[in-house]
Amino acid sequence: MSDTTKPADEGRVPQRQQPAASRLDRFGGHALEHLKASAPILAVLIVIFAAIIYLNPAFLDPPVFLAFLRRAAPLMILAAGQVFVIVSGGFDLSVGSLITVTVVVAAAITEGDPDALIPVMMLVLLIGVLVGMVNGVVTTMLKVPSIITTLGMLLILRGAVFYWTGGSPTGALADNFRQFGREAFDLPVIGQLPYAAIIVIAVAWIATRLLHRTAFGHQLLATGGGARAAQLTGVNITRVRIIAFVLSALSAVIAGILLAGFAGVSAQVGQGYEFRAISAVVLGGAAIGGGRGSVVATVIGALTLEALFMLLNLLGLPQPLRESVQGVIIIGAVVYAGLRLQRSGG
Amino acid sequence: MSSPPQERTANPARSLLAKFDLTDMQSGVWLVLLAVMAVGWILAGPNFVGGGNLTNIAVRAVPLGIVAMGQTLVILGGSLDLSVAYLISVVAVLSAFVMDGDPANIPLAIAVGLAVGVGVGLVNGLLVTKGRANPLIATLGTGLVMKGLLSSRFAAQTGSAPREFQLLGYGRVWGFMPLSILLLLAVFAIAWWLTRGTRFGSHLYAVGGSKEIARLSGVRDDRVIIGAHVWCSLTAAMTGLFLVARLGAGAPWIGPDGIYDLESIAAVVVGGTALLGGRGGVPGTLAGALLLAVLDNMFNALQVDGFLKSVLRGVIIIAAVASYALRSKRKDVDIA
Repeated sequence: MSDTTKPADEGRVPQRQQPAASRLDRFGGHALEHLKASAPILAVLIVIFAAIIYLNPAFLDPPVFLAFLRRAAPLMILAAGQVFVIVSGGFDLSVGSLITVTVVVAAAITEGDPDALIPVMMLVLLIGVLVGMVNGVVTTMLKVPSIITTLGMLLILRGAVFYWTGGSPTGALADNFRQFGREAFDLPVIGQLPYAAIIVIAVAWIATRLLHRTAFGHQLLATGGGARAAQLTGVNITRVRIIAFVLSALSAVIAGILLAGFAGVSAQVGQGYEFRAISAVVLGGAAIGGGRGSVVATVIGALTLEALFMLLNLLGLPQPLRESVQGVIIIGAVVYAGLRLQRSGG
Repeated sequence: MSSPPQERTANPARSLLAKFDLTDMQSGVWLVLLAVMAVGWILAGPNFVGGGNLTNIAVRAVPLGIVAMGQTLVILGGSLDLSVAYLISVVAVLSAFVMDGDPANIPLAIAVGLAVGVGVGLVNGLLVTKGRANPLIATLGTGLVMKGLLSSRFAAQTGSAPREFQLLGYGRVWGFMPLSILLLLAVFAIAWWLTRGTRFGSHLYAVGGSKEIARLSGVRDDRVIIGAHVWCSLTAAMTGLFLVARLGAGAPWIGPDGIYDLESIAAVVVGGTALLGGRGGVPGTLAGALLLAVLDNMFNALQVDGFLKSVLRGVIIIAAVASYALRSKRKDVDIA
């Protein structure tokens, strides 16, 4: 893409903390770092939440809020995967259709049989790894631009689902497969804690550590910032990019499993999720074109997008106009990011 | 139309960067097109390359071909336009609404359609240049805005095209040549002239090759990109008008159903234009659009399942791009 003007000083490879710092200090430092990256989107989220609460005070009731979290969970996970591909300088447009594949395949194979849970989970995760590998290998080794690769993958997966199911998927999901997106722990005080919320937190925590605290993450950010430079400093850019695509695909599978908990089995279940995930990453302030991004801000971006949809719903805006508003919002986010980069010497 | 483009003779001195885009890819895609047609001939019988079917294929390529002529320029400049599909729908619905079956309204309907195209192109161009927005996200955004506005107003087919306007879709000149093919050729000719015969064109290649270098050599890069976006949206508007002529009415789903956003990008890239900008050209895109139409036609002739068709398309697009990318053996590793 054309956007190549990135300031040189934009923390591509975050500095490691001094080893002398105590664990607590380091934790505080990390938290501060994430907070700084997330501040703008967090502010937007708070404003939207405030508006929702004003319109519907019941939103603060734990069951209502947790139901909202449960619905937002798939997008949050998907965005946490997408950000890896975007900071590496690419896009993954195949995730929506991979969600569909996950739901449809799981339903067709288990046919409601609870004993099939483990094998089916293994199978869909394997499909995810495979799809991610193909995306990554085609993009890096065959040098096909990722938007074309993953667009082709989207066509392939979508076509395969329709071909296989004849357009109307059959089968059913066992309740123990649906539990991840649907069920909750009973807890005192807050009442219920959805499994989905725990899965989001776990995924976000792992993704944050991977991107910001491991050599892989630093190499990925460096690759996105400047592939040639990263390669010259000894980064195996092919490998880190392939891993990024695999992570994105895995996030799509997990999102699909959660979505299966409350959405019906259909050939359209994942449609539109790819662009919503990219929107969430943009809202989280990651640089399209690579080199900069934060998992925490991205996950908050996804939550903001879902909160926005809820707000528009409360405002009684007709369903179609929601998309117009989503369009305006993501344009606003990229223009804001672009102009901010320009000011800081892009 | 089946002869390779005569690029070799087209002003070699016009731009330094123009030198680079005469690679194997531009003529290669025409060879691939011939090879695919040979395969079709073998698999589907001699009728496949008969005059009647060739005309069918060409007509099928018209709507995609026109908008791909616009997409090519945007991509050459290093940008991208994902909003064309919804723009096609907006123009189709608006112009059919304005026409309302009355031939007297045709000029006004065309003017409205093209004006909407110019407007959307200006917005896209300004967002990408002055707004510093990533083109993929910015045009995705404008596309979503149009999609929402469209589906909040129109749920069904709107308006109707008078018989005179439908001639554009079905009329023939000299008894055999469909008017629609001439329309595509005219748009192609304008696009070729814009890229190869004007200063705008050489500036476009320069900006797509390297924005910094172009700017340092005095090219007003923002204007060039805005111009490319306006042209691209104009071609989308023309595709919208053409589809009204074919369909006889404006259908709000016509653009997204044809996947014109992604298919036009695919036609450009299959035609050998680099997605990063600066290399390629419209002749390759013409071949790319024809190639996609030939494949479509061949799958139909062979009665391939519609969904399997989508799978094969995906594989073929990736394979085509991969083969170019591998052959060109570029040193740089920066692949978006």
